[in-house]
Amino acid sequence: MSVMTSAHIVRQRLRRVPLSVIVVSIILAVIVLLAVFAPLVAPFDPNKQTLLARLKEPGFSYRGMTYWLGTDDLGRDLLSRTLYGARVSLGVACLSVVVSTIVGVSLGMVAGWFRGWTETIIMRLVDIMMSIPAILLAVLTVAVLGPGFMKLVLVLGLTRWPRYTRIAYAQTLQVSNLPFIKASELAGAGAIRILLHHVLPNIAGPILIVVTAEFGLMILMESGLSFLGLGIQPPSASWGSIMSTGRQYIERAWWIVAVPGFGLFLLVFSVNVLGDWLRDQLDPRSRSR
Amino acid sequence: MINYAVQRFIQAIIAIVGVLTIVFVVMHLSGDPTLLLVPQDASAEMIAELRSQLGFDRPIYVQYLDYIYGLTHLDFGMSVVQRVPALDIVASRLPYTIQLAAGALLVAIGVGIPAGIIMATMRGSVIERILTAIVVTGQSVPTFLSGILLIFVFGVTLRWLPTSGAGELSAMIMPSIALGALSMSTFARMTRIAIIDELSKDYVRAGRARGLSLGQVVFRHVLRNASIPVITIAALEIGNLLAGAVIIETVFAWPGIGQLAIQSIQSRDFLVVQVIVLLISFVYVLTSVLADLVYVFVDPRIRLVR
Repeated sequence: MSVMTSAHIVRQRLRRVPLSVIVVSIILAVIVLLAVFAPLVAPFDPNKQTLLARLKEPGFSYRGMTYWLGTDDLGRDLLSRTLYGARVSLGVACLSVVVSTIVGVSLGMVAGWFRGWTETIIMRLVDIMMSIPAILLAVLTVAVLGPGFMKLVLVLGLTRWPRYTRIAYAQTLQVSNLPFIKASELAGAGAIRILLHHVLPNIAGPILIVVTAEFGLMILMESGLSFLGLGIQPPSASWGSIMSTGRQYIERAWWIVAVPGFGLFLLVFSVNVLGDWLRDQLDPRSRSR
Repeated sequence: MINYAVQRFIQAIIAIVGVLTIVFVVMHLSGDPTLLLVPQDASAEMIAELRSQLGFDRPIYVQYLDYIYGLTHLDFGMSVVQRVPALDIVASRLPYTIQLAAGALLVAIGVGIPAGIIMATMRGSVIERILTAIVVTGQSVPTFLSGILLIFVFGVTLRWLPTSGAGELSAMIMPSIALGALSMSTFARMTRIAIIDELSKDYVRAGRARGLSLGQVVFRHVLRNASIPVITIAALEIGNLLAGAVIIETVFAWPGIGQLAIQSIQSRDFLVVQVIVLLISFVYVLTSVLADLVYVFVDPRIRLVR
């Protein structure tokens, strides 16, 4: 794998972006905007209960207000809750990816640069972390620590860093033998400076591939944990927790599951399509198709 | 070969000790594990009594050594709620989860590998595009969502299949599909990549030059070579399926260890949760060792390199 991957190749290839990628990018942008501006867009207070409007179908009107996507078991507007839920899903996913990228990439670069016992310890720890299925470790840790937004971010971030470490480590090993890095080392640059200014920019491409793949996975993990009742706690809306309620009312009110479920699917699908395309652009091996 | 196997087993043992340590650390993250094991309204005396009874008032390294010592004697502690060994509770639920994971693996391999073969050999065709769309979709639907959708369509609307429980064989169909969908996508992708990799090699061109059809080359030669990366995936997927059972068993009220894990968290029976996490991690480590050994067995080239 050559090191001049990123910049040049990306610029060349961005001119031929397939339609599907453009479409999912737009979907992604719309979801992000809706989430960010949820307080402005949402027609109702997401936690306002209207007991006379419980489990009503999409389009139901009550006192001159229309519930476009129906209501849940407590008469709360599903559209508003789903919009607010998007904030939780995206927020947790973004922050936890940031946490695991910072932790994982720094450890990987350190292991690849210093070698020796540092390398042995870090990479052994990676092997060990990767032998516990992430969802299980997350379930156990959240159950021990108790629920909460920041705890969820930390738990997800700190269970998933080994993926980044593996990539950052392998890439750093390759890059660190290149002439310009040897040159700056001889010129007296310190390890931190070399890693941040010379190594990091050159290993960013492969890391970006991991970031997109992990982002979709984090959204799934957050919604899974919330579905199990271990993530975001009521009354706050999260797609997972809304769907967990919906599971109980599936026979009478399918829309409680369908609305956040469709949102979740659209979000993860878009991220995955985008990630696949990105990988094809940056990874010469899989570009064969 | 034997050297390599021994080496690999030593690595596995290190990994398992590491897993035990991480689980121990996590259990102590809250500061005092006693609080995890008592009802929320427990009195201070009750907590203190249980703390000394379980030995949580001793120095942390004594607790750690005691914990490891216990585990080597298959002593996983007693369930605080049910007053029986935690291992027994888990063992009684395990057969259900094995059943479910086997069903899911069947779905994943049975659909995923043929799909991957088709996607690799019929590139550019309409069928490939449709399959690609299905694979990406399978990857993007969380297991609990596909589970609920299946329940809605085949359980509630059509009334063809039972929506929960584990009585007859028909109750296994929906949970297996929901659990296997994600792995199915993984198998399809890996098979596709493995075959495409192989198709670009000289022996394929040679085979075609001898007048063999693409299908003949694929079935006689390519599949065997492409099977190696797929075997590794299969091993890793077994662990993933067991972990995924935590969610899918909750959706379908399937009485396996996944449902048990969530129930035990709710009833604050953390030693049971600990057994489940350890058990699944052991399976994860062992299957990856086995995969590596099979790998070497199938492909003698790897032996020479090491």
